[in-house]
Amino acid sequence: MTTTRDNGLLADHTNLAAALPGAGAPWLDALRADGAKRFAGLGLPTRKDEAWKYTDLSALARSRFAPCCGAAPAPRSPEIPAPLVADGPQAVFINGRFDAELSTLGGAPEGVTALPLAQAMTQEPKLLESYLGRVAELGRKPLVALNTAWLADGFVLHLAGGVTLTRPIELVFWGDACAGDDRSAWHPRHLIVLDPSARATVVERHIGRPGGHFANSVTEIAVAAGAALRHYRMQDEPGDAAHIATTEVVLSAGAAYEGFVLSTGAALARNQIAVTLQGEGATASVNGAYMGRASQITDTTTLIDHAAPGCTSSQTYKGVLDERSRGVFQGRIVVRKDAQKSDGHQSNRAILLSDRAEIDAKPELEIYADDVKCGHGATAGELDDDALFYLRARGIPEHEARGLLIDAFIDGAIGEITHETVREAFRQRAEAWRQGGAA
Amino acid sequence: MAIAQATIDSVGEATDKYKYGFVTEIEMDRAPRGLSEDTVRFISAKKGEPEWLLEWRLKAYRHWLTMTEPTWAKVGYPPIDYQDSYYYSAPKSDADRPKSLDEIDPKLLETYEKLGISLKEQEFLAGVRNVAIDAVFDSVSVATTFKDRLEKDGIIFCSISEAVKKHPELVKKYIGSVVPYSDNFFATLNSAVFTDGSFCYIPKGVRCPMELSTYFRINASETGQFERTLIIADEGSYVSYLEGCTAPQRDENQLHAAVVELIALDDAEIKYSTVQNWYPGDEEGKGGIYNFVTKRGVCEKRAKISWTQVETGSAITWKYPSCILKGDDSVGEFFSIAITNNRQQADTGTKMLHIGKNTRSRIIAKGISAGRSQSTYRGQVRINAMAQGARNYTQCDSLLIGDKCGAHTVPYIESKNRSARVEHEATTSKVSDDQLFYCRQRGIPQEDALTLIVNGFCREVLQELPMEFAVEAQKLVGISLEGSVG
Repeated sequence: MTTTRDNGLLADHTNLAAALPGAGAPWLDALRADGAKRFAGLGLPTRKDEAWKYTDLSALARSRFAPCCGAAPAPRSPEIPAPLVADGPQAVFINGRFDAELSTLGGAPEGVTALPLAQAMTQEPKLLESYLGRVAELGRKPLVALNTAWLADGFVLHLAGGVTLTRPIELVFWGDACAGDDRSAWHPRHLIVLDPSARATVVERHIGRPGGHFANSVTEIAVAAGAALRHYRMQDEPGDAAHIATTEVVLSAGAAYEGFVLSTGAALARNQIAVTLQGEGATASVNGAYMGRASQITDTTTLIDHAAPGCTSSQTYKGVLDERSRGVFQGRIVVRKDAQKSDGHQSNRAILLSDRAEIDAKPELEIYADDVKCGHGATAGELDDDALFYLRARGIPEHEARGLLIDAFIDGAIGEITHETVREAFRQRAEAWRQGGAA
Repeated sequence: MAIAQATIDSVGEATDKYKYGFVTEIEMDRAPRGLSEDTVRFISAKKGEPEWLLEWRLKAYRHWLTMTEPTWAKVGYPPIDYQDSYYYSAPKSDADRPKSLDEIDPKLLETYEKLGISLKEQEFLAGVRNVAIDAVFDSVSVATTFKDRLEKDGIIFCSISEAVKKHPELVKKYIGSVVPYSDNFFATLNSAVFTDGSFCYIPKGVRCPMELSTYFRINASETGQFERTLIIADEGSYVSYLEGCTAPQRDENQLHAAVVELIALDDAEIKYSTVQNWYPGDEEGKGGIYNFVTKRGVCEKRAKISWTQVETGSAITWKYPSCILKGDDSVGEFFSIAITNNRQQADTGTKMLHIGKNTRSRIIAKGISAGRSQSTYRGQVRINAMAQGARNYTQCDSLLIGDKCGAHTVPYIESKNRSARVEHEATTSKVSDDQLFYCRQRGIPQEDALTLIVNGFCREVLQELPMEFAVEAQKLVGISLEGSVG
């Protein structure tokens, strides 16, 4: 733990925080100071923490980090892809900082607030004050605390009651650290607030160039009664990056959240999501696919908390692990005492393509109400020999047959994406990943 | 159908909540209260143990001092004062050990008769299916039946103290080989202060002609029970072993920290069944046994170990019977029913460690929670990199009765081998209203209907029990759930 305290992640916080956007607002200063204090006390989690049993952050703890400076270092020309939905709004972040020139947000429609966090600090302080650090409470969460300590930029989306955003808002995160010998870390903070009956779709893409950066993002999402959010994340960071994304969602009565993460990049990736079904009849569909090769570690950690009666949650995850990669799946469903008529299901299936790949799964049920239907399933194995034989018998070369089977397997998760264009784009990305390997 | 009828009858019969709660008044010989090196030496001296065993105990005791009690299980209890308990308690008559059953304190025999285990009858009646019993009363083994018959086949079945004296080479070779003295807090404590337990050795190629059984009874107050069981099945042999346990009804919590080690050599098979019915405490959670047990077996080539457990008693159960599937083609099985009611807490499950090639394991766990109880299945399936073609199937189902109890599932699944196939499935639900309605409509009273449904839910596990135990277990299911409806 001592190493994490002096490895630069929190270096010179008191001075640097005073120069961060919005500094001087008492609530914000207090929030950042609280984050710094908690992280200083907790340090980076170790494998002794039950929640981090399978994912080792010691390499991160041993790294030296450049101080978290106010200005983003000048990047080499970033390669920003066209939006998935043609001419759709796109917000571009370079090394965790919003880039106005590269972004094409256009004029926000009536009832929609869509702007970078740094700007929201002056324009929408009330909105931020009432949500930041409240959806994702700091508690004993070291990475959320670290993010909060450096809270400076990110994306804020607020929809007034009844407003529907027809085109998805796309957020592109380009990472290109050039801090010399030390690693760079950034801590983007996003806030999505949907008022009653509002509807929106948000797509995130995480890309960049190798440089060993550490992206530690936190996204807070509050979906009010009857509102619906679709939230898709494509994590395709360079192979030497560390990517830890924490998403915390609170759903009011009848609200719906649909999330999907396709995780193919980074040396170490952890996508952790916590959804609290706080209002009666809320639904959450939380899905994902993870694909790893080389010595990648891909961790998916979910917590679905049925806090109100009559809520439904489903989780479908699929993983394909090649070479020396390792997949981690920790999924927990909690049904609280009075959350009767809860329906919670979860499935995690992983395929190992190599003798040195590994999968560690820990699906958990914690049930305190009796009138529930909850279940989970987890499997691990290799490609089905019979299916392979069937295809080979019909003259399909082995290489192709294996590819077909992998695509079909992953599609079982990607098929959960309800936005057609996004689904197609994610499917293509998964296929491209599969073809990129020495199959 | 006959079995279902038996179940219904048994529920009707059982007017007592916990019918084994009586105390037997007999003279006791005890070690001074508390735990120290002197206590360990006292126990060892009482048993007339060889030097190596005392050294081993002391090593364990010293290691135990450096350990902290585990807190990861989902159970809560006030801190245990390990100095406020007796670590050795034996019926006085032990000083001049009985040579035969005739010399046994008649009070003891009465006790066992009350428990439904008539040692005398067992000795005299040559039934078709006999069960050889080793009865352990508080800390010591008081009687072992059918010894002569077993000796004909070369089977050794006796108390572990006796085995230390008569077969030191076997004990020395295997004790601590599966559960090392440094294994975990409670197992280490047991290694330091274990007082008795059963020992069993089945020679090469022998199929044990009858079920072997140990009946454990805690009688004395403020006493911990620490027994150690060691079963060795030599190449190609087979044994089925039953374990039962009861304790008097007391307001205090008593600690039971046992260790069971199973060794199945090449082609051997051990079937180990437990019906655990320690006193669970009263409705408000007062009293009851803390059952912190370490059970583990190792399978050599083509060997098979099968654990079956019915856990209905104890205030707290902390128990994970495990299989180390070391030899190629070895098989591990775990069948479990855990029933908790009132304020009981159970954190139980298994570990299957696949090391050898083509090793197979199957886990069927059924948890039933009622009242204000909490029940957790906690299990681990690990496939090592060398375990080509390993196979695991796990199914954990939980049933909730009432809205104040909890049921939790915490499986750890780790696979490092591509060709291994691991499947895990878990469900949690309540007794369906439709099923209850169906039974009620046919005139079956509510409580009987519930017992019927629960017995059906547990059927897969109950089927695995040897006949003698299956009947008892079915009755227990009914009794444990009493008062949980309506």
